[in-house]
Amino acid sequence: MIRINCPYCGERDHSEFSYGGDATINYPSLDASEKEWTEAIFFRKNIKGFQFETWHHSNGCRMWLVVERSTVTHEIKSVKPCHPDLQRVVENNK
Amino acid sequence: MKTRRIDNYGKINRDKILSFRWDKKNYKGFEGDTLASALLANNIGIVGRSFKYHRPRGIFSSGVEESGALVTIGSKDRRDPNVRATTQELYNGLEASGQNAFPNVNFDLAGINNYLGRFFAAGFYYKTFMGIPPLEWGKGTAIWMFFEKFIRKAAGMGSASGLPDPDTYEHAHDFCDLIVVGSGPAGVAAAVEAAEKKLDVILVEQDSLIGGNQLAENDFDNSQIKNQLENLGIKIMTRTTAFGLYDNCVVGLLERVTDHISAPNVNIPRQRFWTIRAKHIIVGAGAIERHIAFNNNDIPGVMTVNASKHYLNRYGVLTGKRIVIATNNDSVYETAHQLSEAGANVTVLDSRTNFEIETNKSFEIRKGYVPYNINGSKKIDSLDISKSETINKSETINCDQVLLSGGWSPAVHLLSHRGVKPKWDYNNACFLPSDTKENITMVGSSRGLWNKNDCIASGIAGTTDALNRLGISKTNYFFPKPGGWKNPIQPLYEVKYKKSRSKSFVDYQHDVTTDDVRLAHREGFISVEHLKRYTTLGMANDQGKMGNIIGLSLMAELLNKEIPEVGTTVFRPPYTPISIGALSGRNVGKHFRPLRVTPMHQWNIDHGAKMIEVGLYQRPWYYPKENETLSDSYIREASTVRKTVGICDVTSLGKIAIQGPDSTEFLNRIYSNGFSKLQVGKARYGIMLRDDGIVMDDGTSWRLAENEYFMTTSTGEAAKVMSWLEELLQTRWTDLNVNVTSVSEQWAGVSVAGPKSREVLNNCVDDSLVITNNNLPFMGVTSTFLKGNIPCRIARISFSGELAFEVYVKSDFANTMMDLLWANAKKYDGCLYGLEALGALRVEKGHVTAAELDGRVTIDDAGLSKMASTKKSYIGSAMRKRGVLKNNDREILVGFFPTNLKETFNAGTIVCEKNNIKGQGIGRITSVTYSPELGHWIGLGFVKGGLDKWKDTNLVGADPVRNKQMDLKVVSPHMIDPKGERMYA
Repeated sequence: MIRINCPYCGERDHSEFSYGGDATINYPSLDASEKEWTEAIFFRKNIKGFQFETWHHSNGCRMWLVVERSTVTHEIKSVKPCHPDLQRVVENNK
Repeated sequence: MKTRRIDNYGKINRDKILSFRWDKKNYKGFEGDTLASALLANNIGIVGRSFKYHRPRGIFSSGVEESGALVTIGSKDRRDPNVRATTQELYNGLEASGQNAFPNVNFDLAGINNYLGRFFAAGFYYKTFMGIPPLEWGKGTAIWMFFEKFIRKAAGMGSASGLPDPDTYEHAHDFCDLIVVGSGPAGVAAAVEAAEKKLDVILVEQDSLIGGNQLAENDFDNSQIKNQLENLGIKIMTRTTAFGLYDNCVVGLLERVTDHISAPNVNIPRQRFWTIRAKHIIVGAGAIERHIAFNNNDIPGVMTVNASKHYLNRYGVLTGKRIVIATNNDSVYETAHQLSEAGANVTVLDSRTNFEIETNKSFEIRKGYVPYNINGSKKIDSLDISKSETINKSETINCDQVLLSGGWSPAVHLLSHRGVKPKWDYNNACFLPSDTKENITMVGSSRGLWNKNDCIASGIAGTTDALNRLGISKTNYFFPKPGGWKNPIQPLYEVKYKKSRSKSFVDYQHDVTTDDVRLAHREGFISVEHLKRYTTLGMANDQGKMGNIIGLSLMAELLNKEIPEVGTTVFRPPYTPISIGALSGRNVGKHFRPLRVTPMHQWNIDHGAKMIEVGLYQRPWYYPKENETLSDSYIREASTVRKTVGICDVTSLGKIAIQGPDSTEFLNRIYSNGFSKLQVGKARYGIMLRDDGIVMDDGTSWRLAENEYFMTTSTGEAAKVMSWLEELLQTRWTDLNVNVTSVSEQWAGVSVAGPKSREVLNNCVDDSLVITNNNLPFMGVTSTFLKGNIPCRIARISFSGELAFEVYVKSDFANTMMDLLWANAKKYDGCLYGLEALGALRVEKGHVTAAELDGRVTIDDAGLSKMASTKKSYIGSAMRKRGVLKNNDREILVGFFPTNLKETFNAGTIVCEKNNIKGQGIGRITSVTYSPELGHWIGLGFVKGGLDKWKDTNLVGADPVRNKQMDLKVVSPHMIDPKGERMYA
């Protein structure tokens, strides 16, 4: 069981969360070309080691999180809110 | 063999006699016995028949590594097969029987297999089930499949009851700082040290008693230890197996709550499946004694040395009269001494020639000798022995028991679950745990320590390691060096039999012999993982706890390599078998998954609704009047809606409140059609696409105020849409000031549909002016009151194609609303209608649902191209134009009529061209219904090229599953009122 330290709820089982996807994708603007969108939604790196990924605390506070997780050991280095305003709130409350 | 209970030995309670049944006969044992010790005390030697050869098997061990004494406990629906008699505690009335034998384990007709052994060598199934040439060349194995069931019956273990499990099981959860697995000297020392350092500790022990292998010592008493642990506040969990280690120090436990009780309280679960989240794990799981492979090393009466010690000192059972102990290490001598003191005649064969051991000479030691062959079939008559230097039969010893110790294997299983490979230790001839960066520490004999004092020291060091890793202390510590015997062990895995046809068992569980390992080698299955799968070495109940190392050593020898070069297979959870019931816990029967009901659920049932599951929701399916069938009922309901009025519970639709200054911009981006000009007080039907241009969901959004919308989604996609909106707002469009809140549970909704729907509502609302055609035109929205001052939201939305309204009230008012609407609908000969009629009405109109929007369909495929705005960009707008989605060959939404209007068809029918009925055809039917309006069956579905291409062609509907075929006509999906005049009425 991976345990994810939700910045709002505390450390919880991964079964409370839903996996999102690659957190490093910069989605193009809505009027961007088909080529840019194809790059953004179909091409992924297959990383061995730490990667940034999004998780949704769907059975908790419903926050979308960026989780830095090792694909080899499941070790988690960092968890922070996706939304920059929420990130700031978490930082200020530390 | 003569096994018997003796006086003055054991920790059993001789005042408490328990009766039990074994193979339909009555026996007696004592409180504190296991089934195995009670069987031995009653001189029962044969307790099972082996997997392939049906050889008689006895009790090999006293613990979880047992692969001989696998028995069936209980009867009828409580029949539990493949239970280890060595770990099953005896209780009054216990009923047990032997397995894999007919008529019984003493006389088994299939024992003939023993003489057909050469036909059942490794790979028997793979080689045999290849199809019978030339009959089945290249065609498969149908003939063998016919025989398979007979062969499977002959080989195997116990059989399950096949009845529903009457017991309950529970899932439980706990947290702690430190979990210690194993209550031997190391585990206890670690737990005590940690509790004294103020850690919150759980100590887990699979046995019913704490103490570990100390329970085999004649002077051991665990009561003081137990008091100490309890006084320190340590949570002790006995009869609990740590079956697996998982990420982030999560440990899976199985607690056997009532398996040792004769008539358990029905309110107590049989077993508990625990998930423990710890900060650190200390494993002191002990070590398991190995046997030695030589001819006939499975005859009842063969046992490990340590098991015999357990039976003597814990259960007061002397397992033999003339006992030969065969060993290669120092661990057996204390046992030899105690057995001879207890009255047995003991001879020790030690494969080593040069070593010193202190004994009181009460037994004979034959240095440089090994066991060679056991004579006997159902019991041991005598043992042929050999000099260890040159293997050949040198003499025969009369005996009734042979105890084996081929060395000890530390139980590294739990660490292996974490992917940590053990390392081979040449000095101790065993695998030792490697270090890991995770917070797991191995202590005691599971790290290869053979002395009690070393084990205790390692337990304290283990806790220091834990404290350091948790950042609580920074203390230096060291672990004692592995080993601890005075004389080094001499590797001894197999004594090779000189004659052909040997039966030297490597792995008792599945009858894997040394010859099978050699055969695997000859046939190229030399990787350990191949060896395992080809020979089944290390599989089934015991998972190779005793035999694995022997198999590896044989393969290493054949390959001329060292054991570590051959490798070891990975151990996976569970450490010991777990019942399926424990895995499912309470999630069985109607609790298999959560149930969702609408606030008017009971109201619907009270008014005659038959319910149907839609996802997790229970929804009204149809409301039969007396004697009506489903189809009578829905046809009546749908006709009534078209004629007068009907009321349908639509609460299960997803409902989302969208609020904030950028709400309009947000909706404009997520819907494919424009939302920027939607006025306050109006609703709009919208389609959402995924990033890749495929339709995700459809629904309506109502503009309640400048910055506030009420969105409805389909029932099935509600959760997904909610997560998607949150994802967009939190990850992509973080500059938008929008808040989304799921209000699905807060609002109860009904559809009031039919030409008389406005008249019904007129009588239900406070102010009937608000719902006139002028004030509430098609797609109009109003927030108003039902009679009785009930706040509500009404939108003029139609799914049925009739004049219709959706009315929402707060969930608490659901029943009041239903009473009010129903009382007035009855005045117009209205009806309540369910999902089946709803489906009929929407199919007639060509409205799509999840059956059509199945995640493969584009907006154009669904015939909704006009819903795709050309004036703005939105999610999916770029990708929906990519080549493959613009192909002329795409399947487009159409309607279907049977050419012969009297015929019926089913959803799932494949649409084909005439004279070309094959494969996936050119389309498919997704939804069908009888149309009350048209008077025949109609369908919705897809066909390549759509209506334009096929409107004048006769097509064929092929339904191979139901063995049906019919001629079809393709029509417009809008099968009635194509201009929508009724909706605007």
